[in-house]
Amino acid sequence: MIEPLPPELLRGTILELTNLTVSFDGFKALNALSLKVEAGELRCIIGPNGAGKTTMMDVVTGKTRPDHGSAFFGKINLLELSEPEIAQAGIGRKFQKPTVFERLTVFENLELSLWGDKRFLKALLARLSRAQSDHIRDVLEVIGLTGQRAMLAGALSHGQKQWLEIGMLLMQEPDVLLVDEPVAGMTPQETERTAELLLSLKAEHTVIVVEHDMDFVRSIARVVTVLHEGRVLAEGDMDQVQNDQRVIEVYLGE
Amino acid sequence: MPEGPGEDIARRPWASIVGDPGGTSLVGLLLAAAVAVPILNQLVPASSSFHVSTYLLTLIGKYLCYAMLAMAVDLVWGYCGILSLGHAAFFTLGGYAMGMYLMRQIGVRGVYGDPVLPDFMVFLNWDKLPWFWYGFNHFWFAMLMVVLVPALLALVFGWLAFRSRVTGVYLSIMTQALSYAMMLAFFRNDMGFGGNNGFTDFKDLLGFDLHKDSTRVVLFVATAVALAAAYLACRAITASRAGRVIRAIRDAESRTRFLGYRVESYKLWTFVFSAVLAGIAGALYVPQVGIINPSEFAPINSIEVVIWVAVGGRGTLIGAVAGAVLVNYAKTFFTGALPEVWLYALGSMFVLTTLFLPRGIMGLIPRASNAR
Repeated sequence: MIEPLPPELLRGTILELTNLTVSFDGFKALNALSLKVEAGELRCIIGPNGAGKTTMMDVVTGKTRPDHGSAFFGKINLLELSEPEIAQAGIGRKFQKPTVFERLTVFENLELSLWGDKRFLKALLARLSRAQSDHIRDVLEVIGLTGQRAMLAGALSHGQKQWLEIGMLLMQEPDVLLVDEPVAGMTPQETERTAELLLSLKAEHTVIVVEHDMDFVRSIARVVTVLHEGRVLAEGDMDQVQNDQRVIEVYLGE
Repeated sequence: MPEGPGEDIARRPWASIVGDPGGTSLVGLLLAAAVAVPILNQLVPASSSFHVSTYLLTLIGKYLCYAMLAMAVDLVWGYCGILSLGHAAFFTLGGYAMGMYLMRQIGVRGVYGDPVLPDFMVFLNWDKLPWFWYGFNHFWFAMLMVVLVPALLALVFGWLAFRSRVTGVYLSIMTQALSYAMMLAFFRNDMGFGGNNGFTDFKDLLGFDLHKDSTRVVLFVATAVALAAAYLACRAITASRAGRVIRAIRDAESRTRFLGYRVESYKLWTFVFSAVLAGIAGALYVPQVGIINPSEFAPINSIEVVIWVAVGGRGTLIGAVAGAVLVNYAKTFFTGALPEVWLYALGSMFVLTTLFLPRGIMGLIPRASNAR
């Protein structure tokens, strides 16, 4: 089993991708992509469709293996680990489409997401300790679903499912949270609530958000990375990035 | 603060047994039957309308074996989402292991009177017992094999299939092929399992004459108690955190993997446990029906089990039991009264359940319809 990162590694660069290349049938989804993320940062990644945002997340979470390049999480070489090992090491991922366990309750969804030994025999005999139960209660509070704890997750609204999924990531006490399009399909109120939620998570966690909604990105991000054709096109604060000539070209198609 | 039932179970797993009215009724009913049926068979005179004939007792015993097989299929299909169309293989292997013990017990009472070789081996002019028949003269060894042989087959098959992430209809077809291959192999005389005749003409079990009513009563009681124990074991699994992981795998497999669960090993252990249950059911079945042959491996048998579970309500253990008993009762009725109609009745039962009762009979009960 992989132990979580020791605290001294949680300063400085937490995620370092170098020269990543991934090709699918000749199409380069990632083209020598290099990216550094500091611990405790809330980083937004934007880019047009096909820029490689999802592929980058797939590489970090072990779903896709790159043809070239390296991916380090602290001192851990991510390319040597399987998907569950990466999850255990402390990288959590929220998918674009909310995927919660619809036929389990909100509480049970969080219970299954607890950090700990995930082997069959352990789970067979597992009992919820007081501390774990409190942890679930705290997370319910953070994601604002305390009142819905006994509901089946399938009965939640779209926004609530997204928050539940973020809650499921928090249960694993991850160091890095990868969040894919969290506000797609949300009402303005839900979007605002999500922005507050993500802002409350940074510092304690490193949060990487992939998003299309520019207003939303502006409301949460200090540093924005723009991807285009599988590589980093620009990086900086929102104003710098929005005034960058290359970014304008890519987005406005000039 | 209000707590959901799941929350209560997560903290105190034994709440799963206490807070389970359906399961308590089932276990209570089985234990009551284990006490009452022997009395009604042995002590109530045959002239009384309360008398349970040995025929009926054996018939119910057979249904209970089927119920156990259905529960095994429900555990992998209803809870874990693995549609196995090959569970008859595990059931039949358990039956064969029991049958090998029963064959060795015949001894000199066989037609050819050979003290060691079963009749079919004498008939084939074999001069000694094949190595894989060694040990089956001991009851404990045969019982060990009842558990180990299906478990080992499920372990090897499951390890290969789940590790390669074979799922859905491809996995179902592979399980079907497995059972079919076993059938073809067991049909061959030189496999050493009696070819197409299989084993029959059993005499006694642990020294008790299988044709005596009292032995049949004991077999019935053993079956009822085994089914109750199987229910409690399955319930303990499904109500545990592992059980919730299994349902999570059914509903969103890759999500479960990203939470750090080794989906393959959860599937594998569930599959192996299910195979063991099926094997035990087969071992209890053979002495009650008095015969085991390769036709038990037939693909249709596995498919029928899936229909029992669908009719009863998959994802509910009680539904599996109810479905197995009801469909088999219907089968007994139809094959007696209108034999040519049976297969149509079975088919329409499956179609109608799928169309109108997606949660089976259990879906009709409001409390049980909360089952997930």
